[in-house]
Amino acid sequence: MTMLKIENLQASVADKPILKGLSLTINPGEIHAIMGPNGAGKSTTGYVLGGRPGYEVTGGSVEFMGQDLLQLEPHERAAAGLFLGFQYPVEIPGVSFVQFLREAANAQRKGRGEEPLSGGEFLKLAKEKARLLKMDMDMLKRPVNVGFSGGEKKRAEMVQMGILDPKLAILDETDSGLDIDALRICGEGINSIMRAPDKAVLLITHYQRLLDYVKPDFVHVLAGGRIVKSGGPELALQLEEEGYEAVA
Amino acid sequence: MNVELTLPTRKDEDFRYSDLDALATVWPVVREDIEVIAGLEESRQVIELGEGAVARHLDVRLGKGAKLDLRVLTAGPGYGRIAIDVRLEEGADFTLGAAQLATGKETLEIVTKVTHAGLNATSSQIVRTVLAGNATGTYLGCIAVERGADGTDAEQSVRAMLLDRTATANAKPELEIFADDVKAAHGCAVGELDANGLFYLMSRGLPPADAKRLMLQAFIAEAFAGAPGEEALDEAAMARLAKLVGTAL
Repeated sequence: MTMLKIENLQASVADKPILKGLSLTINPGEIHAIMGPNGAGKSTTGYVLGGRPGYEVTGGSVEFMGQDLLQLEPHERAAAGLFLGFQYPVEIPGVSFVQFLREAANAQRKGRGEEPLSGGEFLKLAKEKARLLKMDMDMLKRPVNVGFSGGEKKRAEMVQMGILDPKLAILDETDSGLDIDALRICGEGINSIMRAPDKAVLLITHYQRLLDYVKPDFVHVLAGGRIVKSGGPELALQLEEEGYEAVA
Repeated sequence: MNVELTLPTRKDEDFRYSDLDALATVWPVVREDIEVIAGLEESRQVIELGEGAVARHLDVRLGKGAKLDLRVLTAGPGYGRIAIDVRLEEGADFTLGAAQLATGKETLEIVTKVTHAGLNATSSQIVRTVLAGNATGTYLGCIAVERGADGTDAEQSVRAMLLDRTATANAKPELEIFADDVKAAHGCAVGELDANGLFYLMSRGLPPADAKRLMLQAFIAEAFAGAPGEEALDEAAMARLAKLVGTAL
């Protein structure tokens, strides 16, 4: 079955059309990268797929593992197996990561008709994923993203992805704000969590550098709200060398 | 015992936002005396979870170096009024942490007058109000610093969260200062839940009501932080918040 099938997707933000006929098909086991200049609609693509209020779909369709994704609420999309990694993870003072993630994981399990994780089971899982991302478990006892550096926030996103174990991860500029070591750690985290025959990843990025660690099967250039060119990993290298204007 | 027999009117500033019809059903209000004598420390809780109208008026006197930790939770009454008058002698310390949680057509109010009468007394008031539906929540807080009460350190932090645009929050912090060496800080804000934060929580799988409840839990946490019996207060507040997010329009 196709993992994600986007057909002629059109979307507006504050009545301004941003996506103007985006089509993309992702199969299980594939890693796709969407690259493109500022203002091309990259983040909008992520938000529309995640169901963010204020991002209005005006046309087209999105099918996620056989379901009409656009009919689902954000939390239902998560329970169905979709994970959205934020470019700017939100700080939520007073809400502890551990409490929030356990509630979120169990809400997802409930949505799928599975038994909830006990406190002990959850902590074990959280510790394992935190170790994978070289993140101190104590940080997850702190309020969500509060006081985290840019790199810590992105690593915390990957820890969340590990805990929630999605089928499809849409990662919006996970590489922005990362130093070289953090970039490698996040890249390895993505590979370890998401490289599987029944999973898929959509990386949204400006730069080639994350793709050195997470090798994409397909690279797409997004410009003016639609995909203007698709190719293999070599396309990313060509973009890096020649720029978007020359290639697309 | 100190009882005011005449029912107040809206012209009375302290009752400007009251539900006077409901107030009439519980009037007159007998004042409750709380005295902490010099050098002692006490903690008290006022928890009103019933549905009927309730009006209480606490008269607090704190002797030299005395301390009172007072926590208030009003969550349930159709009309709930908690008035607190506090008089602090030299070096006394007063802490108020309060949360009022309302929905439907409920009217809740906290009215405080904190008088610093001696040197170097300290007071801190944290009031958090969460309002859904057509509820009204009010905080009127006056800090009075008498002549000669130098070294006063008084704080007020007042925040209200509206879950629906149809709810109403009133907040009126007031300072009357007749001494020279005084620190008085007050902050006051009325807002709505952060939409970015809500979407973030929901994108991880939390249903909207749970996402709101988590954020509200964090919002009111400061009111009960460090209180004796904090867990029981949190638990009672949580049950009420679950109802509020369920009834939000």
